[in-house]
Amino acid sequence: MSATARPQTLAGGGAIAREGMFLAEQLWPIKGQLVLALIGLAIGGIMGLMQALDRIGIVMYKAMLMQTYYQGLTIHGVLLAFLFTFSFSNAFVSLLAIRGFERPLASTFLVQGAFWTMLVGTLLAAYAILTNQATVLFTFYAPLRASSLFYLGAALLVISTLLTALNLVLTRRAWQREHPGERTPLLGFVGVVTYVMWALATVGVVVLVVFFLLPWSLGWLKTTDPQFNRILFWYTGHPIVYFWLMPAYISWYLLVPRQVGGRVFSDSLVRLAFILLLVFSVPTGLHHQYVDPGIPTVMKVVHLFTTFSVVFPSLMTAFTVMAALEDGGRARGGRGLLGWIWKLPWGDPSVTAQLLAMLVFILGGATGIVNASYNLNNVVHNTSFVPGHFHMTVGTAVALSFIGISYWLIPYLTGRELMGRRLALAQAWLWFVGVLLFARGQIAAGLLGEPRRSSIGEAPYRDLIHAGLDNWLTAIGGTLMVISGLLYFIVVLWTVFGGRRLTQPLEIPIAEMRFGARETSPLLDRIGFWFLIAVVLVAIAYIPLILLYLPLQSVSPPIKVY
Amino acid sequence: MRIEAYERFFMILAALLLVLGIVGIAIGALVAGVHVPSPAGRVDPRTLTTTPPFDQPGLRDLGGGKYEAVVIARAWQFQPNQIEVPVGSTVTFTLATPDVIHGFVLTGTNANVMVIPGQIAQVTARFDRPGEYLWVCHEYCGFGHHQMFGKVVVR
Repeated sequence: MSATARPQTLAGGGAIAREGMFLAEQLWPIKGQLVLALIGLAIGGIMGLMQALDRIGIVMYKAMLMQTYYQGLTIHGVLLAFLFTFSFSNAFVSLLAIRGFERPLASTFLVQGAFWTMLVGTLLAAYAILTNQATVLFTFYAPLRASSLFYLGAALLVISTLLTALNLVLTRRAWQREHPGERTPLLGFVGVVTYVMWALATVGVVVLVVFFLLPWSLGWLKTTDPQFNRILFWYTGHPIVYFWLMPAYISWYLLVPRQVGGRVFSDSLVRLAFILLLVFSVPTGLHHQYVDPGIPTVMKVVHLFTTFSVVFPSLMTAFTVMAALEDGGRARGGRGLLGWIWKLPWGDPSVTAQLLAMLVFILGGATGIVNASYNLNNVVHNTSFVPGHFHMTVGTAVALSFIGISYWLIPYLTGRELMGRRLALAQAWLWFVGVLLFARGQIAAGLLGEPRRSSIGEAPYRDLIHAGLDNWLTAIGGTLMVISGLLYFIVVLWTVFGGRRLTQPLEIPIAEMRFGARETSPLLDRIGFWFLIAVVLVAIAYIPLILLYLPLQSVSPPIKVY
Repeated sequence: MRIEAYERFFMILAALLLVLGIVGIAIGALVAGVHVPSPAGRVDPRTLTTTPPFDQPGLRDLGGGKYEAVVIARAWQFQPNQIEVPVGSTVTFTLATPDVIHGFVLTGTNANVMVIPGQIAQVTARFDRPGEYLWVCHEYCGFGHHQMFGKVVVR
């Protein structure tokens, strides 16, 4: 490991952003999507309180103006898993692409369109859910019937991300025309790969909504096939996890190292990790369906292998990110095997939130491997173990990272200093402690057989599971997370409306590389080629499945049971 | 392409870890005999209650300590919601639904299966100790979802 390699920045030019790349007409839809994301986080998050306290028998959905527990649960899932993550990613990745390619996005129409479709989609879905016409949770499994407006709204949220994907691809192409023969700047590359993966991943849910659920909810189709619909849902439902995660990875790989004063280990490894995520994320959906009765066992085994493959780039992430952090800690005077850890800037809320998010992700990843482990899944499938797991992945690794990112992003976009830094630090730690208690409770209760997505507070069998202490931990941990969320919004509102004007504009923190792009194989820059490999793998994983499954068992009319 | 020694070492370690995981799963399946549910046929939910064996839900003694429990999962109850078997019995649960998706998890065992309209779900559990084994619906099926449960009483 030679430290003499010349530092190279991720973006084409120098450390200072080139003038004229940020256009006002492209910045407002980016800011607008960030606002939508935070509204989703606020409303979706507050519902968490109702769910946490439900575990110890405090049933308060009526106090939150909900007709049932499950209406609140639908809001929690849809706003957090779709609106918050989609809008934040659209805003964050678009901004980084402008910075990475050092040029405006290729299309102003597309970035504004992404904002409008996100807004209209949110309003349609929110109307359907709030009027109790779509209490179908964020998985909307047929034959649960929801209002057509809900499916339309959900589709628009997806279309918004696809408009962003198209814009990113066009922006890269425009950059390539302006820089013939050059390697794509890493900061632009990772965003394009994330959205290209997601574009392939949306095929399942798009087919599901357009060809099955929408016509079926409108009465044009009398019946549908619930098992086949689940296959389509989970085709998208697992790679969506990577669509949530990869923007956080971008920050961990390329921005946090700068914030802690370190360098990225190597350009090659980052590109390789993202290419592997592109190739292996999609053909893995059946590991959510190990206990589905209608799916041939041999195909479940095929997806077991692809799922384990996609763990590999995440393990690489653990190495590369850790190496960059150590580099930073040592540059700040850290000594000894672990001494560098204490030298990291723990006083910076943006860094602390993301470091804690990474720590929790170790446990989140480990429990994810349990879920993916085929027969081990028999013990945990659809028990509260699963929400225990994903509140450590999307609920913390992603959400707390996005919060951490926003601690520099909001000052960057508003030109106002971050206010309440101590409050922000307390927020990060409170979330960390909260999620650990919460997940400990959910995981232990799940191993005893407590089901997920059930109103345990109203369940007649609550005392038969003997998870009393675990449910208390869930309730306390979940409440701490909600309090942490409140602190967050105090910091955000204080900053936006009461923050001191910054005398100097902020720069996006972009790390330097130890080993730069020139040492990377040109093959790793060929996104189109790797996309084709991903398509081939998807075909291998899904075409035999569909052939073995056919004919469709189209036997279910819509049923409203809420 | 340049890959540093530390990088290479870590990547080999990561690959080994995943291979070990798959070996563990294979041992679980091939040696310990822990399997995931397999397809057990299809059924039309609209005519479920007139289609054998779901026209007569309940417990059947197959002889030799083996039983089959035919259970209908509907919003929001299992039918039957209690069965009794002697210690040492092996019970195969055959489930189906006439309405929406339900789930079935039998606490204290490896029996866990989705009950999806159009599909017959089948799982097996062995009961070596006396006591009450709770089963619950673990997929959201409407506002009475949390009321759906049943019990195996082992004497």
